[in-house]
Amino acid sequence: MFTKTRETIWSALETVKDPEIPVISVVDLGIICEVKIENDTAYITMTPTFVGCPAIDYMRNQIKKAVEEIGFEKVEVKVDMNRKWSTNDISEKGKKLLAEFRLSPPPHLEGEVELTDLQAACPHCGSKDTSMNSPFGSTLCRAMYHCKHCGLAFEQFKPK
Amino acid sequence: MKDLLFKMADDALIIGHRNSEWTGLGPILEEDIAFSSMAQDKIGHAQALYTILHEEFGEPSPDKLVYERDEKQYRCCHLVELPIGEYDFSLMRHFLFDHAEFLRYQLLANSNYERLAALSKKITGELKYHLLHADTWLKKLGAANEESRARLQSSLNEAYPYALGIFEKSDEENKLIKEGIFAGEEKLQQLWLEKIEPVINAVGLKLPSKKTEPALGGRKGFHTEHLQPLLDEMSEVYRLEPGAEW
Repeated sequence: MFTKTRETIWSALETVKDPEIPVISVVDLGIICEVKIENDTAYITMTPTFVGCPAIDYMRNQIKKAVEEIGFEKVEVKVDMNRKWSTNDISEKGKKLLAEFRLSPPPHLEGEVELTDLQAACPHCGSKDTSMNSPFGSTLCRAMYHCKHCGLAFEQFKPK
Repeated sequence: MKDLLFKMADDALIIGHRNSEWTGLGPILEEDIAFSSMAQDKIGHAQALYTILHEEFGEPSPDKLVYERDEKQYRCCHLVELPIGEYDFSLMRHFLFDHAEFLRYQLLANSNYERLAALSKKITGELKYHLLHADTWLKKLGAANEESRARLQSSLNEAYPYALGIFEKSDEENKLIKEGIFAGEEKLQQLWLEKIEPVINAVGLKLPSKKTEPALGGRKGFHTEHLQPLLDEMSEVYRLEPGAEW
């Protein structure tokens, strides 16, 4: 038997992973804007990392399913395009998980991202002596890099 | 207002479609991925704009807007309609178009129309990477050899009148300026020139004459011969069974 509280919803959301980076939850990714309960209905608002992210509908359905599984019969998940998402919204735990997944985590941004100052640490050897091959990678949120120290290619979750 | 949203959405959709034509054909794998990724971004931006038109202005759903309109109802500029050509042409178009697009969203981030302002703030963070891509390759190829520079110059000469067509004014424009919704095409064009000219000069290319006649008509529903075949192809599957659930 579950108690229907906001806390149990947040815990349920911890089990929903980004399908493109299956180690990080939607909570650690920072895309959950609001969770509330009104008249027995759970309302969850999320925002995509990238506007054209093809995983939005999939994640929305997964979120709905996860919250239904803890006993909510009525669950409404809204996608809010009005909220600006930034890689600063990824939790510290999330960044650690990205690095373990060998996806270089985005550096913390002070203000807007400056393209003249892009850098990524190699997730294989830790070296910062790296260079960008392309600002686009295997998914919209990734850039391709090359490590000059260990010689391996890697991807970065690009700062935004 | 609707006019502004339509021209932006249609530009993004059509350039997105053209970008996607590089999927599997890029000269190197990274470029294949880059043009495919930019296609995905831009079609996503189009979808977000069509959603505003649908939710706030009573227009049909994004799917219907994309698949059921004919060319006369499209408001895209001619630049985005042109076939991908060779890589140098697609790169030059990408450079010219994306700088204008980025600046437009940057202006709109301060719009009095809050929903569009919020979306614009989200989108500019993504388009920065498109600009980085365009500028990087322009600089690389501009510095490579005589042939690459000559190809870029010829693509620039070909694309430039069409690029000027991006800034074709709409009838309702003065109203938008007055209401603080959008700073206007003239202002945008001026900012664009200030931005692209130094890059063009730095790579050893020459901007065509300031007196170049722009290719107009797109914003009024008059298009090149290339748009309708693109729309036919894009909606081919949809038209087999309109409204089918997947």
